[in-house]
Amino acid sequence: MSIAKYNGSFGRLELIHLLKRTTFGAHIKDLDTFKGKSLTEVLSILTADRAIPSPPVNTYNDATFTDPSVPINQTWVNANYDDGTTNAKRLNSLRSWLTGVIINQKSSIQEKMMLFWHNHFALESGIVADARYMYKYFALLQKFSVGNFKTLVKEVTLDPAMLRYLNGYLNSKTAPDENYGRELQELFTMGKGVNSKYTEADVKAAAKVLTGFKIDGIKIESNFDTTKHDITDKQFSSFYNNSIIKGKTGTAGASELDDLINMLFLQNEVAMFICRKLYRFFVYYEITAQIEQEIIAPLAQTFINSNFEIKPVLIELLGSDHFFKSQNRSCFIKTPLDLMIGICREFDVIFPDASDAATQNVLWLYLKSLAANIQLNLGDPPNVAGWPAFYQFPQFYEIWINSDTLPKRNQFTDTMIGAGITRNSKKIVIDPLKYVTNFSKPEDPNILISEVLDHLLTLPPTVNLKQQLKNILLSNQTSDYYWTDAWNSYLQSPTDNVKKSIVLGRLQTMIKYIMNLPQFQLI
Amino acid sequence: MKRRDFLAKALPAGIVMPALISGFSFKAFGASQLLSALTAGNTETDRVFVIIQLNGGNDGLNTVIPLDQYDNLANARSNILLDNKKILTLSGYDTGLHPALKGLSALYNQKELQVIQSVGYPQPNFSHFRATDIWLSGADSNQYLNSGWVGRYLNDEYANYPVGYPNSVMADPLALQIGSFISPAFQGPSVNMGMAITDPVNFYNLINGIVEPAPQSNAGKELTYIRQISQQTQQYANVIKSAAAKVPNQNAYPTNNTLADQLKIVSRLIAGGLKTRIYMVNIGGFDTHAQQAVSGATETGAHSVLLAKVGDAIKAFMDDLKFLGASKRVIGMTFSEFGRRIKSNASLGTDHGAAAPLFVFGEGIQAGVLGKNPTINSLIGNADNVPMQYDFRSVYSTILQNWFCVPGTSLQNIILKDYQSLPIIKPMYTCAGGMVSNLDPNKDVGKNIISNYPNPFSQRTNFTYESAGGHALIQIFDVQGKLMETLLDDIKDKGSYNLTFESIKLKAGIYYARLQNGALQQVRTIQVVN
Repeated sequence: MSIAKYNGSFGRLELIHLLKRTTFGAHIKDLDTFKGKSLTEVLSILTADRAIPSPPVNTYNDATFTDPSVPINQTWVNANYDDGTTNAKRLNSLRSWLTGVIINQKSSIQEKMMLFWHNHFALESGIVADARYMYKYFALLQKFSVGNFKTLVKEVTLDPAMLRYLNGYLNSKTAPDENYGRELQELFTMGKGVNSKYTEADVKAAAKVLTGFKIDGIKIESNFDTTKHDITDKQFSSFYNNSIIKGKTGTAGASELDDLINMLFLQNEVAMFICRKLYRFFVYYEITAQIEQEIIAPLAQTFINSNFEIKPVLIELLGSDHFFKSQNRSCFIKTPLDLMIGICREFDVIFPDASDAATQNVLWLYLKSLAANIQLNLGDPPNVAGWPAFYQFPQFYEIWINSDTLPKRNQFTDTMIGAGITRNSKKIVIDPLKYVTNFSKPEDPNILISEVLDHLLTLPPTVNLKQQLKNILLSNQTSDYYWTDAWNSYLQSPTDNVKKSIVLGRLQTMIKYIMNLPQFQLI
Repeated sequence: MKRRDFLAKALPAGIVMPALISGFSFKAFGASQLLSALTAGNTETDRVFVIIQLNGGNDGLNTVIPLDQYDNLANARSNILLDNKKILTLSGYDTGLHPALKGLSALYNQKELQVIQSVGYPQPNFSHFRATDIWLSGADSNQYLNSGWVGRYLNDEYANYPVGYPNSVMADPLALQIGSFISPAFQGPSVNMGMAITDPVNFYNLINGIVEPAPQSNAGKELTYIRQISQQTQQYANVIKSAAAKVPNQNAYPTNNTLADQLKIVSRLIAGGLKTRIYMVNIGGFDTHAQQAVSGATETGAHSVLLAKVGDAIKAFMDDLKFLGASKRVIGMTFSEFGRRIKSNASLGTDHGAAAPLFVFGEGIQAGVLGKNPTINSLIGNADNVPMQYDFRSVYSTILQNWFCVPGTSLQNIILKDYQSLPIIKPMYTCAGGMVSNLDPNKDVGKNIISNYPNPFSQRTNFTYESAGGHALIQIFDVQGKLMETLLDDIKDKGSYNLTFESIKLKAGIYYARLQNGALQQVRTIQVVN
């Protein structure tokens, strides 16, 4: 086992494996975009720096509500707070916007990394309780999605939403608040691994370093109140080589944060911790002693050598032989977003466009709420540790699936292949007739089934499964040409409802069957 | 051999099994072969235990107030201190409840509530996540366990689960979590023993495709897991639906109270006849670093709202169980991953702390206050914490032994050590062989069972302690709850003893000496000076 580069063939199955892990669902258009490109080229496109999506706008004015300071289709991110009702509208606007950003993601790892950081630097919009703060936080995560981790730690520390969420703004020399000083080490940089040996005294010392940061509620920025800063020297434990962070007076006090981050990042454990987390987010949750030594440790070294740039680590991990090993395929249980948004993207489900932005946002928000019902509430993780499926021994991803959530997952896929979801007489639904035209020979049931299975399931299909699907397409007839004839006569008269319903019904049944399979939950 | 088979063969015919089992004194058999035969099958019981998790770390000192410490408490947390005229006093004790806990106060007056003081564990951890793992797994502070305490219990009772389940003996889920996320407490040594539901009436139909052997790989492992969940869901959906259908009417519950919503489902399923033994529900928001109380009206604010929900939900739950005729079968417990710091912060909040009181409730519970009020010193540092009186695993262990009749050898495998048995369950409800003494022997004794002289002292002091007979333990903790030294861990016959303590390892400061002897304990504040 090693982190050596992958040298095997990079065909359609490898591309699908890579896309399902790095984007939400392998979009049928991305399969075309990347066709024929080498792994190196694909990774360079996926990890390229991208602009931050344009901010959310007012789509929520209606007969009963008008935003006091933001006209329709204008962004509210720099507006006055106004009042609680307005803020609640904007928070929903933010949540639906986030969902829309993921649904409309480009061929990029940016959105998966946004989720990674949102889980890593977890905070809850319900508690921050100001949509404008939450927008700034997500814009920061998008900006740094493949950026420098060390810089991001500093930016997050000073982020107004984080200052509010972990009470950093209340941390002063007379009343030190340890909340952020603790999570900075336990959750954001050092982790809880066996080699992470900071002490309670380190938590208190870090809290003292961080005294004095406040929030400017008008500009929504952090600032530094020299009178609230603890100017004494801060003594750290032997884990940090008994370092002392010299107390500084006046505005120089703010730079103690840099001293603190520099001290934290001298520990190898920071790189190890983040690399383990990336591994669990992209490969598999089980980290054996061998994986720790032969995969995580060299990745961490790459991370340190690049001064904590994320991109080289991602390219090394996702371009490695290890990532493409059959042992590491199809073993990732889809997050609720991989499942729900994955379906929308893999079947290229059409949403109302910007001309009906209100309905578009309502549908996005509805999808967000369905994902929340199966445990992933975008914008509101359960607590500052993020989602248990990413950290909780020994179950990890299996936590996503239980007797409550599995039926709800199936209910969702059944709805999408069946009646669809309708709001304001606009419907989102899987269109199987359009979907199968993406494949090379929809009229040939054998080729069609193979290609559909390659796209929708990463676990290699068995002969029995293929036969079962063929039985559906052929209504248990034995000759392939029954399907071929049915498909061809539909193509000749696409408006003939009888001919259409013959192929549509069978395709719906087949796709429903595939999505109900336990292996559909795996990527 | 299954336990009931054994009994059927070994004993005269015509004896009703459950009565016989509860008439057995397990302790009398010691580690005999008979006992191992008894433990091989699962125990007959219709008893239920409901666990209520308060996520975030509940502020124990503003939940259960040590009224005799009020002045020192006023020093340490003046900005959030409750007005002592508004505190609901617990008759017979110098202890009170937060004014929002009217529901629990009513249960106390009905003799169905016990407060257990200062529950914790040595070397408290101040991280939410680690502390939660410790409580759910039942681990020591520095021990990592991958299974939960409930999971180990259920694994001991239903060893082969999920293979062969459901079956005619146990047709119902072993443990139910109300919600979408199964607590790690239900994690068994190899599989999770619990199941999650949010709605007992509506289950969506799952369809299994062709089931072919799963590959030998990580993917195969996950595929098998999902298939198993799918199968269980289908098998258990019907029993849950039919249990719910048997209970069309319930008593009233408070609205806008998520805990009440969850407990309403629990009571419906219990009354509907599920044999499920353990239910877990939870309510979050207790991480009150800031604004836990309103300045000038400290009986209001975020903490008060949360406590009112807890008290009202539990009261409604018990009333409903009585209405449905199931109340004698059910006890419950609240817990939180830690209490909060003695000293409040400047943001009208409190930071992560250590030991805290927990509540146990039900008709089978000995009403009262177990343990002494925590001592609040006149000078309190920022980092000072309430010292532990009772190990949380003593509570688990007692409930397993005295409520679920788990025998001693099994307890070892579940709780992993010997913990003292506490007077939690009323004698008439206690499994034979269990702890039957009256509540709060400390209070009856009314004297110090551990003292030391000189105090304060430098270098050495003499402890005098009394043993009522049996195991005795003396531990020294610092004010943050860290275990500094164990002075005694031995069997001591009834009598009075002396012990000299050399304190060379301790820096100057306040410490706590904790004596544990059977169900008794006492914490003595000691001071080391240079």
